[in-house]
Amino acid sequence: MLRIHQLVAAVAAAGLFAAPVHAQELTGTLKKIKDTGVIKVGHRDASVPFSYLDDKQRPVGYGVDICMKIIDRIKADLKMPKLKVEFVPVTSQTRIPILTGGNIDIECGSTTNSVERQKQVDFAPTYFMTGTKIIVKKSSGIKGYGDLKGKTVVFTQGTTNERAMKAYNDEKKLGIKFIPSKDHAESFLAVETGRAVAFPMDDILLYGLRANARNPNDYEVIGEFLSDDPYAIMMRKGDPAFKKVVDGAVTALYKSGEINKIYTKWFQSPIPPKNINLNVPMSDSLKEAIKNPNDTGVGACGKMKC
Amino acid sequence: MDFGFLFQPAFSGGGTYLDWVLSGIKWTLCLSVLGWIIAFTLGSVLGILRTAPLAILRVPATLYVELFRNVPLLVQMFIWYFVVPEIAPKGAGDWLKTQMPMPEFWNGVLCLGTYTASRVAEQVRAGIQSIPRGQVNAGLATGLTLPQTYRYVLLPMSYRIIIPPLTTEFLTIFKNSSVALTIGVLELTAQARQISEYTFQTFEIFTIATVVYALITLTVTFAMRWLEHRTRVPGYIGGAGK
Repeated sequence: MLRIHQLVAAVAAAGLFAAPVHAQELTGTLKKIKDTGVIKVGHRDASVPFSYLDDKQRPVGYGVDICMKIIDRIKADLKMPKLKVEFVPVTSQTRIPILTGGNIDIECGSTTNSVERQKQVDFAPTYFMTGTKIIVKKSSGIKGYGDLKGKTVVFTQGTTNERAMKAYNDEKKLGIKFIPSKDHAESFLAVETGRAVAFPMDDILLYGLRANARNPNDYEVIGEFLSDDPYAIMMRKGDPAFKKVVDGAVTALYKSGEINKIYTKWFQSPIPPKNINLNVPMSDSLKEAIKNPNDTGVGACGKMKC
Repeated sequence: MDFGFLFQPAFSGGGTYLDWVLSGIKWTLCLSVLGWIIAFTLGSVLGILRTAPLAILRVPATLYVELFRNVPLLVQMFIWYFVVPEIAPKGAGDWLKTQMPMPEFWNGVLCLGTYTASRVAEQVRAGIQSIPRGQVNAGLATGLTLPQTYRYVLLPMSYRIIIPPLTTEFLTIFKNSSVALTIGVLELTAQARQISEYTFQTFEIFTIATVVYALITLTVTFAMRWLEHRTRVPGYIGGAGK
C-alpha cells in the first residue's frame, strides 16, 4: 500500500512541478538570484581535487566544474546569460551557517551528505563516494587503527571524520589524545611535523594531500573505512524550486555521460597546481550513484545502512 | 531560542553540552590569567628598562616591544606552535611536540603573555615618563640611588596613573585568548563553534558565549575600578572616585 501511496504522491508532485518555470512566480533562491543578478558560490581552499585554489588563486575542481554546469542551467532557466558568479571561500565549520545565513546560495566543496545535516540543509544527488581512513608517516610504524592506542591524532574541526574517529575511539577505548585543527592543510602539517601520528579524513582528500606533500613517499593512507561519505552539493533547505533545477542539472550530466569527462579531468589526469595525476579510477559505488542519482545521506552511525 | 540542548548528552566524552561550555570557560580563564601574569611581570620589567639611562638596557627592551607589538597575534600563535619546535634543537623540538603536557595550552599562554607584555611595557614606560623630571632629581638629591628612586618615587605613582589603560589590556587579553583556538585550545569560542557544529544551535550557543565574555570583562572592570579607588592618593592626579 505504501508503494501505491508514494506513487500517487510522486505523480501528483510531478504534475505540480511540470509547469514551466516562467509561468510561475519565482520564489526563494531563484528569486534572489533573479533580483540581484548574482549567484554566490561557496568553495574550499584545500579540498583537492574537489574544490581548491589553483596557482592563480582561482577556485577549481571536480565539484566546482559540476557547479558551473548547474549555473549554466540556472542561466538558461532564468534567461540571464550575464548572471554574475561570485565565489566565497568557506571552511568545514563555516559552510553551513554561511549557507543558511544567505551569504552563499550553493556550496561546491567536499561536503558529506548526512541525515543529520539534512535537518539543516538540502543536498543535490551524490557526486562522489568516499569514506574515512587515516594518513600516517611510513616511519611511524602505525599499521592500523589499533596502533593508535594512547597516541595523538589530529582532526579538522567540524568534519564527519572527527565524529567517526571519536566514536571508534570511545567504542574501542583506545585512549587517543585528540588535537583539533582548523583546516586540512594545518591538520596535515601536524602529521608532517610529528605533533600527531595520524589524521583521519576522507581517503580521497588524503590522497590529494599526500600528492601535494613535500615528500609524498613518506606518507601512506591506511585502514578500512571508518565511515561512508557520499559527497554532494549543498543548498538551503525548503526551497523545492531551486533544488529541482540543481537536481535536474546534475542528473542531466549523469545521463549524458558528461560526468565521465569531468571525472577523468580531475581524477585521472594531471591537475593543478603541481600537475600530479591522482590516478583514482571510478569506484563501483560511484558508478551506481551515477546510474541511479539519489540524495540519500549517511546515517547517524556513519554508514549508509545503520 | 531553545537552550534545551545544553542538557543533552554530548557527542563524545560522556558529559553534556553544558560541560563543554564550562570547560571552555575554564580554559579561557586559565589562558587569560596565566597570560596576564606573564604579561604584567615581563611588561613591567621591559617598561622600566625602556626608561633606563643605559643604552645596553634600553635597546633590547625597545627591540622586544617593536617585534612583539608589530606582528599579528594570529601569526605569533602559529610561530610558537608550529615553527619554534622545528627550529629548536632536535631533542627539545621533539619534546615540545610529543612529550610536553598540554602543548597547545602552554603555547597559548606563552604567546598571549609575551604579546601582551609588549603592550604593558609601553604603558609602564608612558606612566614613568609622565612623572615630572623634577621628582627624579629630587629623589636623587635626597641621596636615593636610581633604583631606589624608581622603587620609592616613580613606580608607586606611575602604576597608579596607568591603572585605567592597564584595565583595557587586562580586558583585551580575555578577548584575545580566543585566538588560541587556531592552535587547538578548546577555550570558550572554540567550544561554542564546536557545539554549534554538533547541535546546529548556532545563535543560542554564541549568545551564551557573548554573555559569558561580557560577565568576565564586567567583573574585571569593576575589580580594577575598586583597585583604582583603593590605591588612590588623596590630592594627587585626577581623583578617581570621591
